[in-house]
Amino acid sequence: MRPFKYSRAQNTGNAVQTVAANTNSKFLAGGTNILDLMKEDVERPDELVDVTRLNFSQVRTVEGGANKGGVSIGGLGRNTDTANHPLVRQNFPLLTQAILAGASQQIRNMATNGGNLNQRTRCSYFYDTAMPCNKREPGSGCGALEGINRMHALFGWSNDCVAVHPSDMCVALVALDAVVKVQGTDGKERSIPFADYHRLPGNTPQKDNILNQGELITAIEIPKNNFASKSYYLKVRDRASYAFALVSVAAALEIEGNAIKNVRVAMGGVSHKPWRAVEAEKFLTGKAATEANFKAAADAEMRNAKPLEHNKFKVELGRRAIVRALTQAMKGGTNA
Amino acid sequence: MAEIGKPVSRIDGRLKVTGGAKYAAEFNQVNMAYAFPVRSTIAKGTITATDTSAAEASSGVLAVITHKNAAKLNAINPQEQWKAGIVFLGEDLPPLQDDKVYYFGQFVACVVAETYEQARSAAALLKVTYAVEKPRIDLKSELPNGYRPEKLFGEEAQINTGKTAAVLAAAAQKIEHTYTTSTENHHPMEPHASIAVWEAADKLTIYDATQGVLVTRAIAAYFLNLKPENVRVISPYVGGGFGSKGAWLHLVLAAMAARVVKRPVKLAVTRQMMATNVGRRSATIQKIALGAGFDGKLAAIRHESETYTNLSQFFEPSGLQTKVLYAAPIREITYKVAKLNVGTPTFMRAPGETPGTFALESAMDEMAYEMKIDPLEFRVSNHAAVDPMTEHPFSGNNLLECYRTGAEKFGWSNRKMQPRQTRSGRNLIGYGMATATYPAGRSSATVRVQVLINGDVKVMTAAADIGTGTYTVIAQTAADALGLPVQRIAVELGDSNLPTAPFAGGSQTTASVHPAVLAACEMLRESLMGLATTDAKSKLSGRRAEEIAYGDGKFFVRSDRSKTDSYADIMRRNSKVMMEACTTTKPVTDGGLGSPVAPCMVAPAASEENSDAKKYSFHSFGAQFAEVWIDEDLGTIRVKRFTSVQDVGRIMNEKTARSQIIGGVIFGLGAALMEATEHDHRWANPVTRTLADYHVPVNMDVPEIDVHFINKPDPHISSIGARGIGEIGITGVSAAVANAVFNATGKRIRDLPLSPDKLL
Ligand SMILES: Cc1cc2nc3c(=O)[nH]c(=O)nc-3n(C[C@H](O)[C@H](O)[C@H](O)COP(=O)(O)OP(=O)(O)OC[C@H]3O[C@@H](n4cnc5c(N)ncnc54)[C@H](O)[C@@H]3O)c2cc1C
Ligand code: SF4
Repeated sequence: MRPFKYSRAQNTGNAVQTVAANTNSKFLAGGTNILDLMKEDVERPDELVDVTRLNFSQVRTVEGGANKGGVSIGGLGRNTDTANHPLVRQNFPLLTQAILAGASQQIRNMATNGGNLNQRTRCSYFYDTAMPCNKREPGSGCGALEGINRMHALFGWSNDCVAVHPSDMCVALVALDAVVKVQGTDGKERSIPFADYHRLPGNTPQKDNILNQGELITAIEIPKNNFASKSYYLKVRDRASYAFALVSVAAALEIEGNAIKNVRVAMGGVSHKPWRAVEAEKFLTGKAATEANFKAAADAEMRNAKPLEHNKFKVELGRRAIVRALTQAMKGGTNA
Repeated sequence: MAEIGKPVSRIDGRLKVTGGAKYAAEFNQVNMAYAFPVRSTIAKGTITATDTSAAEASSGVLAVITHKNAAKLNAINPQEQWKAGIVFLGEDLPPLQDDKVYYFGQFVACVVAETYEQARSAAALLKVTYAVEKPRIDLKSELPNGYRPEKLFGEEAQINTGKTAAVLAAAAQKIEHTYTTSTENHHPMEPHASIAVWEAADKLTIYDATQGVLVTRAIAAYFLNLKPENVRVISPYVGGGFGSKGAWLHLVLAAMAARVVKRPVKLAVTRQMMATNVGRRSATIQKIALGAGFDGKLAAIRHESETYTNLSQFFEPSGLQTKVLYAAPIREITYKVAKLNVGTPTFMRAPGETPGTFALESAMDEMAYEMKIDPLEFRVSNHAAVDPMTEHPFSGNNLLECYRTGAEKFGWSNRKMQPRQTRSGRNLIGYGMATATYPAGRSSATVRVQVLINGDVKVMTAAADIGTGTYTVIAQTAADALGLPVQRIAVELGDSNLPTAPFAGGSQTTASVHPAVLAACEMLRESLMGLATTDAKSKLSGRRAEEIAYGDGKFFVRSDRSKTDSYADIMRRNSKVMMEACTTTKPVTDGGLGSPVAPCMVAPAASEENSDAKKYSFHSFGAQFAEVWIDEDLGTIRVKRFTSVQDVGRIMNEKTARSQIIGGVIFGLGAALMEATEHDHRWANPVTRTLADYHVPVNMDVPEIDVHFINKPDPHISSIGARGIGEIGITGVSAAVANAVFNATGKRIRDLPLSPDKLL
């Protein structure tokens, strides 16, 4: 960890301006990711602006705008509080399940929603400054591409980076068509559809998302939907708890008559961004919610997977996880 | 014995949960500086330049030590080291003595600064350039260049007791399979740490996290060229060791740094460093062949082990249990060791038996299936009643009772032999079992016991309590021997100024130290009694020893309990502030872990007691039973129940003993299900360098563990009859799990860990 300046933001405008003015500064929220990365000398900001005292932590019903009737969760809300809030539990149990599948109780108590979106990859080459990594040091090469890449991407990777986004929460949010509310450097608020928020690596893997320097996440809005009774978050990992996903799947269905009226499938642990399984959704819409259709949908999605040397198993695992998550969603989202 | 055996809670428990128990890194000194080692970023080669300018200019930096300016240390010299009392050393690499690099992560420099943060950030500024050589990384491809070690712990390493190949070829039934286990890293809860304080130019005190203050002292004294009596190592509490603590040279680096800056220096090893700098269990490739007759009796066992080492003679001895288990008339046990450019392997909880029982006990299961015999029955019918190598009787062996008890407690009879027969919902359920075994050692130990003016007692020895409960159990033994409640016994451990005790390795602290505690207490009791019976003022005056009993801090006449004399009264009448006794007991099975330091006095009974030691084979045994639930679609394994039955001699404390077995089983579940150190094939860096990548079991991975003890004292190890208990709990666990996985799914997985990808 290198010496850095610490300040506590008094208001949003001042926080945004301070960070916008210094390209080597960062916001500090729960600190569960940024401080680890600083201790490892991976992130080297010379200034941290602590935003935890700002007033963006509420969960509330959206009163107006495009997402009226939906729920807004504060950018500075803690993961635990968000997961357990009645509005979230009742309307978006998928989000509750996804948040609670991540990290540990202690970390979720500290972690904020904005920080969860902006947490960085867990690629171990990224974490080890002795290793080449384009994300940490553009142009140095990708250590994982031909290294140990068991935990790495199946979709959307480039030769410059094969890392995955580690979040569970974000997998549910992309499935739920959430919208990220950002306080811009021009003082105006902007809205970013969740699916557009995180990026694929291309040849600029150092950029995880489309946020500009200094932009602050103030809230995440989730539009109203009819998925609450049929949604499920499945996380497959190397141990029973407290591990990042090998593969995770957020599934949600709305059934009308015998057919799937609306369906969302998103995957974690497979791409540089929370992966919306568009092919699976396309296949399922309008069809019956049968195991055969779930399998065909999973095939449709996983057909496009491009595994690396050590993660070939994730293609089959992903296929099975999609089928299982959809099946459990149909059963009301329980583990039974 | 009123206290021995009872489930007494740890006498240091309150200190530990309130933060009152001080661990090595917590002995902060006035004016202390901090050292942060810089590690190599290549695995093999030579340092060509070290640019220290930026680091030196960084704020708070006091010194940057490299091989160019480091003080010269005494060189590696096995004979001299042995003479100096270094019974083992982590790796043959005194820090910063030359420009050679042997593995990724090797210490190549050290920054000393006012604060830890300053030292660490300056360390990141150091620029080391190397002439890089191609490292040897891949075990399989390096094995052809490997060597066949001649000796293993002083005995023949390569064993063949007959015409194994011919017997195997002729056997009516035969299996031959290869099993592999992964490299594992040491991650005790407390990372390693040393604080070095120079009291004078030739006098050093080190606060260190160590399993043996005397070995650590010997290491510091040898490399720094000091007199052992001028080095003091203090280590009252240790947060787990498992073989990793006390023999690594960061403590020498701390002392070097302290000498340079002329201030006390703390060097705390980081988790990331633990992946390379404090030893590891090396990966193994084990080929097992079993041959048996139609009668189900084993005719021959062949166990070929291949593994690696680096800067040490140590290699993972995964054939050890194959010398002890099963009554096959002939067996062949061999080793081949490659040299790899990765962190140096060392002892890790049941070194050898942990991966070795995975291979042997998986093979036993496979053979049982081959012959369509219940795997437990197969083991029973091949039980070795005497040591198969020496034909000596075992000092105690209740393995058959372990099998029986385990089967009953676990419900083995509900198991279906045929795989894939039991389900619950979408889970396949399987049962598996395996044999556990570990040698029982007892080294020489010296204990001093004092009775104080108020009749309270203090027991002192340089043994370590690495979290196992040594403090508590010693207090129990002393309490019984002196007739005092445990609360009135103070125990002092973990200081090299205390009387000699063995390194806490080989599961032998209890077996070694307690006979000496007992002997010293008895001696003290006799002296006290002597003062009473020869004192006209005592109510015991003129009584013979046989007439006198003791309890509650006093002596009394057996026939007339109103005639008493308390220890405190005896002390007062004789104007004594303190009286003491000190005894040294002899080793039974010198595991080489005792420290050759002059004893205070040889306990008279010791030599006689152990006179039959050479006639027996000393081992502990156990049986492990696992029930697994497998979600076959996703490849996930949950161990739902585990039963462990152990025959380890007398149980000294039912609670701490149980904790040791539970801990061992959990350690074994880690090896079975998830622990694996992966290296990059180009740079040989461990990719699993933090606890986020290197998984150990969490609560949800661990079921209720049902522990049972046979609890029959071993009459040959000591009059107390306690063998060790620290390591046996891990042995057999991964095989029990893998065998259960086969029973559940019909899939035989011969490569650890059993991660989900292997079951898909
Ligand atoms: C051991 C461990 C295990 C974990 N396991 C999981 C897991 O299984 N699943 C999972 O999903 N997560 C997991 N996490 C990650 C955890 O969820 C994140 O660390 C956490 O959500 C980050 O939130 P924070 O508030 O602490 O962020 P910080 O560390 O404070 O910040 C992270 C980044 O976000 C930026 N930032 C923070 N707030 C804002 C804002 N409002 N606007 C703009 N930028 C902002 C910061 O500048 C920084 O760059 C784990 C973390 C740890 C340490
Ligand atoms: S995958 Fe991405 S994060 Fe990992 S080493 Fe390659 S560039 Fe870096």
